[in-house]
This record gives sequence, structure tokens and C-alpha cells, in this order.
Amino acid sequence: MSIENKACTPSPLANPRVSKSHPAGANAYILRTLHGEHGFDKHPQLSYNWAPMTNGTILTISGLTKQYEDLKAVDHISFSINPGEIVGLLGPNGAGKTTTINMILGILEPTDGAIEMLGKTLKEFRSEISKSVNFAAVYAHMPANLTVRQNLYVFGLLYEIKDLKKTMKRLLTEFDLETFADTKAGLLSSGELSRLNLAKAVMNEPCLLLLDEPTASLDPSISQLIRERIKEYVARTQAAILWTSHNMHEIEAICDRVLFLSHGKILLSGNPRTLPQEHGKTDLEELFITVAREPLRLET
Amino acid sequence: MSISRIKAIFVRQFFLFTGNPTRLVSIFVWLIIDILQWGLISKYLGTLGQATFGFITVILGAVILWGFMTRIQQGIMMAFLEDVWSQNFINFFASPLTIGEYVTGLVLTSIATGLTGFLVTAAMAGAVFGYNILKIGVLLVPFMVILFIFGMAMGIFVSAMIFRLGPSAEWLGWPIPLVLSIFAGVFYPISTLPRTFAIFARLIPPSYVFESIRAVLATGSAPGNITFNLLMGTLLSLAYLLLTARFFIAIYRKNLRNGSIARFNAEAL
Repeated sequence: MSIENKACTPSPLANPRVSKSHPAGANAYILRTLHGEHGFDKHPQLSYNWAPMTNGTILTISGLTKQYEDLKAVDHISFSINPGEIVGLLGPNGAGKTTTINMILGILEPTDGAIEMLGKTLKEFRSEISKSVNFAAVYAHMPANLTVRQNLYVFGLLYEIKDLKKTMKRLLTEFDLETFADTKAGLLSSGELSRLNLAKAVMNEPCLLLLDEPTASLDPSISQLIRERIKEYVARTQAAILWTSHNMHEIEAICDRVLFLSHGKILLSGNPRTLPQEHGKTDLEELFITVAREPLRLET
Repeated sequence: MSISRIKAIFVRQFFLFTGNPTRLVSIFVWLIIDILQWGLISKYLGTLGQATFGFITVILGAVILWGFMTRIQQGIMMAFLEDVWSQNFINFFASPLTIGEYVTGLVLTSIATGLTGFLVTAAMAGAVFGYNILKIGVLLVPFMVILFIFGMAMGIFVSAMIFRLGPSAEWLGWPIPLVLSIFAGVFYPISTLPRTFAIFARLIPPSYVFESIRAVLATGSAPGNITFNLLMGTLLSLAYLLLTARFFIAIYRKNLRNGSIARFNAEAL
């Protein structure tokens, strides 16, 4: 199984149209391509002068906070994600990972702070920005009473995919879903459902992909396939990925950078392969356990 | 507004009907039972004493039009509930879909089911009881428009209540047409109602429609106050639609703040 390259954005460095000396380099090409392919051209305010505004990042989070009465689920966090970067958002249950993702998706309103994508604030341009974002999560079910093909068709319409039938055919092949195309989603196995979720998640070729425990409850073989799919997708499109998982080996294997979240705050960030040693731990799992149990020690 | 995204909401419901044809039964079965029951009752009443009044003419017309309005209300509610039951809000609202496009998609779905139900019941009333709904004449169009707008408003109101209170509030949607029918004078003149009920009836747009229908069918021509009735019915319906749409959007925004959209499912609330 391999992702076909025919409908993909070529690698920026391999594309002769990209000037390496451009102030924003390859990122400019990626974002221009995404604007053009996903309807941003219809919104001139989103098409111009993005590079100086975004400073080359796809996502910029500043002082993001979510307060539920007495509980501060997310506490003034700030980070950014660059094109082609896979960032792991780690933390124990209740740390604020899903709350953060929901705020980036625009389905949860922050109490404070700002979310910017492509230089535009989510608060003002949610619908336009959502065209270039997508997500997959174990808890976000595709309608079980629609078939795989019907699900892709409905979400293709929602994301206004051009050449939808062609795109659907490609996704069914790439994610090995052809056999189940006319099977209702509710009858699929966990692995098949995950592949359907991922097919939906990449169908609009998002420049920001949010994956909330995409391999949870999957066997190692399917998990590896999904990781390969995502790596291929990033290599092909230079999209930015925010990935949550409790599988530290997976995080080490796939992420370029990790953010450790605890009690709604980012306690640590860095390269998942060097970070444990920097904090006197043997591996990421040990570091995770330390953060989960004794966040204050690391904070100081 | 994006036509593609509105189409997505409509098509999603259409697929449900094609995927399981038994769902189609829900559109017709209760309307057909109503037509049969009320048609037979009306036929029996027509045989009593020296009855000269066309019970079938008046009552079947009322049943068909009230059924149309009810289908619009329940069409919106059912389409909304399908998304509740399939825990689909997170996928929908994380997409570029706007709340206006979502509601428009629900309304289009209800128009399709409402009109289908209307045609089937009108044909059935004609075939079984020789009743012709077109007897009402050209006024049928504004009457249906008023009922459609009010049905839409009620559907959006019930959906908003479910959105606010959770799926367990679904029961609210079913008795609303029955309760309203008491005050709307669907089967009897408003003058039959006690005075306090009659005041309330004047706030319900269908009361203007059904008073007018009775007058049209009894005399064969439009009553003198038809312009007033149509105007009041239309303005009130539009006012309710505006209010309920604002109410739905307010609930949506509240759910955005408290996180209910991401967690909205039958078990959580």
C-alpha cells in the first residue's frame, strides 16, 4: 500500500517554481498551493501577504486558556507549528490535550488567547480556515449508518472538494477501503474505521492535521501503517501535524518535537529523542511518568 | 453560504432513507392513519341526523394541512436527532460548515419530507374519500407557506431545546403539534375556545389559516378578513422563525463556550 503521488503537492524543494531564496522559502510555496487548491482564492483577504504575517508558521497559539468554572483546563499555553513538522502533544489524561485540539478545531471557544492559522485568527475566519484543517480522533465517529463511500461523499461536499469522485476513488485505494466502500461505517472493524477516519482527514489535503490518539486500540501492524500514511502525507505536502498519543514509542518514531502538557500547562518541549536524557531519564516513557506524577518538580 | 455544504446536510439525510427504506414509512404512516381515522369519523358524523355540513371537506383539509406542518417540524427535529444519535457534531462543526448552512440543510430535508407526506396524504384522501384539497383554491399556497414557516420555527425551537438540554429532551418535540392544535383551531372555530384560550390562539399563526380555510370551504369564497388573516399569519410566523433561529444560534454559541458540541451525545447529557 502506498500513497499515489499524482494528485499531491510536490515537494517544495523539488519544485522548480519555488525560489529557495524567497523570504519564506518553501513554506510560501506550500501555503500558496493550499490557498489555491482549497478555495482561499475566493477570499482575497486570506490570499495576500501571508508570509510576513505568519512568519512561516502554519499554526500559532498565543496565551490559549480555557476555564470551566473552577477548573482551568488549559492555562495560557503558547506554541507554533512549522510546515512539515510533526509535533506530539503529550500528557496524562485530563492534561488538556483534547481541549487544546477542540479549540484549534473551532468547536470550543477559548476563554482567552488567540489561535492563528496562515496569519488569520480562527475567531474571525473559522469557516475559511477550516477548509485547510482536518482531524481524526478515536472519539469522533463517522456516521455509522452511512457507507464508507457515502461518508466520503458527504464530507467531500462539506470540504468542497473539487473532482470529488476522483478524490474518493483515490482515497479508497490508498487506504485499502475499496472492499468496504459500500459497507456501513458501523459495521467496520477498528482498523477499518481508523483508515476511514484518516481518509476523511486528508481528503481536503489540509495544511494542518490534528490527530488525537489516531492509533489508540489498534494492533501494532495497523498502527504502523497509519504512521507510514501520515509520514508520507507530510513528506508529500509539508503539512503540519499535531499528534496526541499515549504510546511513547510511537511518539519517538514519528514526532519531530514534543510538548508535555500537565494541568493545562506546557511543562517541557523539545526533541523526543534527546529530551529524556536532558532531564536525566532513560526514555520518553520514564519522562512521561515523571511529568504525569510530579509536574511541579519539572516545572521548577 | 455554500451550496455544496448545504447539499452535504441534505444528502446525508437522503442517504439514510435510501440506506434503510423502512425510514420512509415514518414519513407516511401516521399521516395515513390520521386520514383514515378522521375521514371515517367525518363520514359517520355526516350520516347523523339531518347533517348538511360537509364534515369530510372541512376536517380532511385540516388534517392534511396540519399533517404538513407537523411533518416540517418533525422533519427538522428528526434530521437534527440523526446527528445527535450518530454523535456527528464534532465532525460536522469542525468542518467549514457554518451554523446557518447546517440549519438550512435541515430545513431543506424537512421540505422534502413534508411535501412528500402532503402529496401522499392528499392523494389518499382523494382516492378513499373523494376529497380534493385543491378545492381550497389558490389560497392553498399562502396557507401552506404560513404553515411551512411556522413548522420550520417549531422544528428549530425543538432542536434548540434538545441542543440545550441534551438528547433526553427529545420527548419535547412529539407532543408540541398536539398541544398547539388545541389552540390553533384546527378542527373547530376559535370561538369555541374559552376566552383565555382564544387570546392565546391569536398568537398562533395556524389559527389564522384554519379560520380562513373553514370560511373558504363553507362559503366557497374568501372571507372578508382574509387579507388580515394572511398578513397576521405571515408576520407572526416570520417573527417566530426569527426568534427561534436566534435562539438556536445562541444555544450553539453557548455550547461552543461550554464544550458541549465536542461532547454532545446521548450518554453524556
